[in-house]
Amino acid sequence: MALIDDALPMLADEPPKPVRSAPARRRTWRSPLRTAAFHVTGSLIALVWFLPILLVLLTSLRTFDDIAANGVGALPEGITAANYPEAWTTAGMGQAMVNSLIITVPTVVLSLLLASAAAYGLSRYRIPFRRTILLVMLAGNLLPVQVILVPLVRIAEALGIYDSLPAVIIAQTAFGLGFYTFVLYGFMRSIPMELQDAASIDGAGVLRTYWQVILPLCRPALAALAALAFTWIFNDLLLAITLLRTDDSFPITAAVLSLLGQYGGQWNLIAAATVIAAIPCVLVFLVFQRSFVGGLALGAVK
Amino acid sequence: MVQVAEERRTRRRRASVPPPVVFALVLIPFTLEVVGVFWPAINGVWLSFLNWNGFSAAEFVGLDNYARMFTDPVFFTALRNTGIWLILFGGISFVGGLAVALLLQSERRGVGIYRSALFLPIVFSLVVTALIWNAIYQPNGILNIVLTNLGLGDWTRLWLGDPSTALYAVIVAALWRQIGYVMILFIAGLKAIDPAMLEAARVDGANWWQRLRYIVLPQLRSVNLVVLSVLIIDALRSFDIVYAMTGGGPFRSTELLSTYMFEAAFTSRQLGYGSALAVVIFLLAVGVIISYLVRAFSESKED
Repeated sequence: MALIDDALPMLADEPPKPVRSAPARRRTWRSPLRTAAFHVTGSLIALVWFLPILLVLLTSLRTFDDIAANGVGALPEGITAANYPEAWTTAGMGQAMVNSLIITVPTVVLSLLLASAAAYGLSRYRIPFRRTILLVMLAGNLLPVQVILVPLVRIAEALGIYDSLPAVIIAQTAFGLGFYTFVLYGFMRSIPMELQDAASIDGAGVLRTYWQVILPLCRPALAALAALAFTWIFNDLLLAITLLRTDDSFPITAAVLSLLGQYGGQWNLIAAATVIAAIPCVLVFLVFQRSFVGGLALGAVK
Repeated sequence: MVQVAEERRTRRRRASVPPPVVFALVLIPFTLEVVGVFWPAINGVWLSFLNWNGFSAAEFVGLDNYARMFTDPVFFTALRNTGIWLILFGGISFVGGLAVALLLQSERRGVGIYRSALFLPIVFSLVVTALIWNAIYQPNGILNIVLTNLGLGDWTRLWLGDPSTALYAVIVAALWRQIGYVMILFIAGLKAIDPAMLEAARVDGANWWQRLRYIVLPQLRSVNLVVLSVLIIDALRSFDIVYAMTGGGPFRSTELLSTYMFEAAFTSRQLGYGSALAVVIFLLAVGVIISYLVRAFSESKED
């Protein structure tokens, strides 16, 4: 499960070095004592790290009476799945999950479409000030989001979209564009120009080259960004609670949080809601594992 | 011959002038970002010079909102907490992330499982992280139960309700989610180091510490820059986890500039003061990053 090793060459500018996979690779001999020490340390860290997740899973399977009698941290007396449907209905999680998906999916698609178009233009053509444009876009992503919160509300009100999901979609798209464009620009620059020349000789126009030649070649980068963007946008709280007012429009993060306020002591329900809220991103992570991990490292190695 | 060369030149020139549709491809996203991010940002700076509750007429008050910070004890609490957050959250993520990356960088059996355990929390939202740790810190939660069973009953407390521990309790939760991310950045950086260099140092008799100090760390310089920028921006932006775990309490003991900004702007509806606090967050982010960049730059010139 060498995720990072597998994921990185796929996203790197250069083709993977053949040296690594060469059969002649020297196996370093490790003393059994050091190997044992490595695994003891490794599994200890992994265990400590995994414990909080395990704890919430266990808590979500306990009854309220059990928790009230023995505490949130105790081992379960019995196991029940009843908390899940109850949390789902009391917290209005169905609606919230739908809201989150309505925000997240279009935002990811729209962001990547716009960012890849910008990156395509900037990386393939001599646009005046293209470096400046790229830097300005990236700088926008480095702004602390707090600076734009208050004016965003006013703009959304002026446009008549305050307290509606499109407001969040537009704001999230605008805010993420810089980073996605920057990453895709770097990726597209590694695609040889000759491919484009060949396409244009075959009579493909700008849009056709973008859609049928460049975008398919960017699939690894697009997959990585899509997986990352999904978790970021799905997990956002601040923009959502700023631009949305009514409970019916809340995404899952806000809905789960409000459960804490209303059902303070009922940790069986809160834990079940917490698990439900985490499921979509865990699924995306499992499906896009390699892209996701590779995407996290994007921009770190240049 | 001349004709061919000329033909080639015109073709190149034609290729270098982008067709109009390319401008549209670039300008539509660029405009969206300018309208959706930069225009509000400039607007936010303007709002910071106003006294306004969002309903009645706005009043231009110049730098009054900024002057008010100097007499506002909550601002100083938030500033101090943000400093603590920056140093502890940023510092421990950096050192801890580097340490686990060094430990888990080599490809051997089982290492993937350890790595996965460390970066799994990255997929959770900060709200989910907050709820998980909130359960751990409950008066009858696992932390207090473990302490009692270890005979350390005196140490048990209301971790999130005690002003002296609340901020650190929240930082631990934030670290749990962040370290795996920093680890991945560092592993990516470590993989980019030429193994021949380390091998040469080993042959020359450099021990583990010397190889780390003189080869690995200098080679990681560009990754360090990325990690530190990410950590500074994340630290100053931090909002969700504090808002979800403590809401800035008890008695403002976990108030950060970002949570105070949110409260000022949207709860007390002092849009001008809230905007001024947002500008301070922005200036701090720019200041810390620029001063670090300048240092990193002058250091690299010395070599």
